[in-house]
Amino acid sequence: MMSNNNSLNASDLRDRLQALASREGIRRWDLGAACSDDCSVQVDRGEAKQLKASQRSSITVRVWNNDGLVGITSTTDLSDGGLEQALVGAHTASRFGNPEEIPQFSPLATAPLPELDRPLQPRQGILPLLDTLRDAEADLLGRHPAIQTVPYNGLSESLSQSLYLNSDGALRQMERTQASLYLYARAEEAGRKPRSGGAVRLGLGSSELDVQGCISEAVDRTVSHLDYRPIETGSYRVCFTPEAFLSLLGAFSSMFNARSVLDGVSLSQRDSIGSDVSVPFLNLHDDGLHPGHISAAAFDGEGTPTRRLSLIEGGTLQNFLHSEATARAFSVEPTGHAGLGAKVSVGPDWFVVGSNPQVSSGNSLNHRTESGPFVLIEDLSALHAGVKATQGSFSLPFDGWLVNNGERVSVEAATVAGDIRSVLSGIAHLEAESEVTHRGVSPHVWVDELSITGEA
Amino acid sequence: MTNAFSNQWRGLLESLLHRGSTAGADLVEVFLEGTDHIGLLAEQDRITSVTPSFARGAGLRVFRDGRDGFVSTNDLSEAGLQRALDQALAMLGLEAQQLTSAAAFEGLKQLTDHGLTKADWLGRCPSLDQASQCLLQGTAHLDRLGQHLQVRRGSYARDWQEVMVAASDGTFARDIRLHQSTGLSVLAADGDHRSSIGRRYGSSDRPDDLRDWDSEASAAEVCTSAGTMLRADYVDAGQMPAVLANRFGGVIFHEACGHLLETTQIERGTTPFADRVGELIAHPAVTAIDEGLSGGSFGSLSMDDEGMEPERTVLIKDGVLQRFISDRAGELRTGHKRTGSGRRQSHAFAAASRMRNTFIDAGSHTPEQLIESVDQGLYCKAMGGGSVGPTGQFNFSVEEGYLIENGKLTKPVKGATLIGDAKEVMPRISMCANDLELAAGFCGSVSGSVFVTVGQPHIKVDSITVGGR
Repeated sequence: MMSNNNSLNASDLRDRLQALASREGIRRWDLGAACSDDCSVQVDRGEAKQLKASQRSSITVRVWNNDGLVGITSTTDLSDGGLEQALVGAHTASRFGNPEEIPQFSPLATAPLPELDRPLQPRQGILPLLDTLRDAEADLLGRHPAIQTVPYNGLSESLSQSLYLNSDGALRQMERTQASLYLYARAEEAGRKPRSGGAVRLGLGSSELDVQGCISEAVDRTVSHLDYRPIETGSYRVCFTPEAFLSLLGAFSSMFNARSVLDGVSLSQRDSIGSDVSVPFLNLHDDGLHPGHISAAAFDGEGTPTRRLSLIEGGTLQNFLHSEATARAFSVEPTGHAGLGAKVSVGPDWFVVGSNPQVSSGNSLNHRTESGPFVLIEDLSALHAGVKATQGSFSLPFDGWLVNNGERVSVEAATVAGDIRSVLSGIAHLEAESEVTHRGVSPHVWVDELSITGEA
Repeated sequence: MTNAFSNQWRGLLESLLHRGSTAGADLVEVFLEGTDHIGLLAEQDRITSVTPSFARGAGLRVFRDGRDGFVSTNDLSEAGLQRALDQALAMLGLEAQQLTSAAAFEGLKQLTDHGLTKADWLGRCPSLDQASQCLLQGTAHLDRLGQHLQVRRGSYARDWQEVMVAASDGTFARDIRLHQSTGLSVLAADGDHRSSIGRRYGSSDRPDDLRDWDSEASAAEVCTSAGTMLRADYVDAGQMPAVLANRFGGVIFHEACGHLLETTQIERGTTPFADRVGELIAHPAVTAIDEGLSGGSFGSLSMDDEGMEPERTVLIKDGVLQRFISDRAGELRTGHKRTGSGRRQSHAFAAASRMRNTFIDAGSHTPEQLIESVDQGLYCKAMGGGSVGPTGQFNFSVEEGYLIENGKLTKPVKGATLIGDAKEVMPRISMCANDLELAAGFCGSVSGSVFVTVGQPHIKVDSITVGGR
């Protein structure tokens, strides 16, 4: 249960806001609120480095003024004074509401919610977390002599509560627990450059985290990059790991974002639905309810229920992600991907990449058995800098290996560059086995002819 | 307790610090914060988003034997702060009720109030009406000066922050910070050709900044760049010399070297420069500085988030490493003296050693001399963002680039990413021009996103890896 000093009482919040709104002459309003109780630890060579805890709360209030225009304000102050300040601030801001696009309550804000099997897990508390992480670090350091530090590490657990309510009577609320572990090791051998690798695990509670799996993966990844060589600049067949492919797809998610389409900053257009955007053997869904999605929520910022949505089916674009306002503009239903704002943001929940069972790629590539040459890309970095989402292009540093004649050699600093449209329409093969990662679900994805730049 | 932070908080803060000290903490620190933020977005010829937000909170940190426990809360009541402190103490195995042989707490010193002269800053900032008009003027200029513009955007953010820091070593200080940033961006599209260009302008401590903004000149800069890049070819990848323009070109030093000179990196063992103070780590042409007070620059501070007045820190002098950027925990754990660089995004983060206004100092050449010295290479006129990893590998993107052929700028190119290793690239910065300029940016790291300035004159890097197609 949420501790008494940091929890939200939905009906109390609704009554307080209703009273304040009536006093200010505001007839239409809605509110999103969240509070959380988190703790986390970091260690450094056996010693506790930093122990952290936080109790956070915030609310966002939207009001519609007498001209029907919308204003919004956020605050961390849940006292009566804080609520009043937020309400008055939102009312003031509503003078600047955009008359061309006025958000409304979601028509699904009172629709039944999906069942989510995410039982709340008990929290262990900070000192047991510290012991677990200290042991994990010691275990990891003992696995290989070249690994001398784990400079980035952390173990955390949290309990959070969020709610949505509006003046038409909608009331959504949920609680969830979540835990995460990350271990990024650094290794160095005499006369060689330092190398690093890491792993992440998420769970509903800290006691169910796969600590050993995280350690082993961090060790394997780090050690596999020790024997590195430069790669010659050129065009290569590339295999993306599930994590890397999901990172790339996520960086270009504006392709599926109705808000971005309406704003003119997406690669897609209003009439792109029904067009072929990838190879015919690719399916892509956004599935916020997927059992592997630890952070699953039953409703979005506007109270719309979360659901599984087909984005690409057999290579054809099927749907966009919608808020209430964008759905109205497209004459469809909201899809449960909205934030809460004067200009409502839209974003994906959890990508699931898979094969279309009706169409074969014609290839049978397998990253474990292919003799090469190909580049296996494990992780992409600097997506915030190297992706031009509005243009489709990317040029990104990566960690990976050059596989040639069955030999796998880590690639010294290099970048991969291309265009997401060419990547999607040039996929050579999707491997049969999908992996659940902390970013979504995907198999290994093969793409021919991508530009790699190395230091050679 | 009053909403504003003043001497009236002394009693409560002293009681908290006393409680922590008597429990056995080596040092207790309380950071109080109140913020008032406004964000505005103009798209085409209309204001499409106004987002006011307010926040109040506290971050309490307790040190014991080199370790620290940190708790943040939005509850500024006496009970809420005590609860947070007790939680921080408990993390280190200390209990508030248990008297130990703690470091004596002798009370807070006299309040050092940097905010006294800044009391009217919030009121002097532009009203929503004024800010909206400025942005709409900017997008109108874009419309007039640009071609093939599919999207025109203007954005404005005003961040007002009041902070109070109290620590059991007697530190008692208050400040008011004001940051404003304005940006224009466009997406130009013509058939398959596309270019997206944005520029941000930022200042601190200047309530009138937006009123003084030359929106027409900014729009002209963005439109010229977008027009040039619209039909630019992708750069050919490889190793080549590069000349990086001044202002935001300074991101190369920020990513390639600046982060590695933060004591946080020594603590983690992730900097190759940890034991190299007094040694040549860069080309002798390079002098690099990080300072807290560069009149009105985005990263300027009257005091850092640990209550210390910032100093001008010469990091590298003629290629020789001089100092590290240090905060309280950094000094405690690495022995490098604090430099007034303890910074955090908000009360939700513990302070860490972070850059402020960081730049490579001017040299003696002209920018033209740098370009003339390159046979075949890349001229990076505008940079995008970048990052540095745990092994010192850095990267950053080039937003507007040109080929240099036979000592002259020729055709524009796009899609370039520069990557490298700090230890290798610093000795390759062989020429610095005489046109130092600074640019506003945001830096994300261990203590969140903070306002910073990057800067440099034009510089020449003898060889760097350019990723592209």
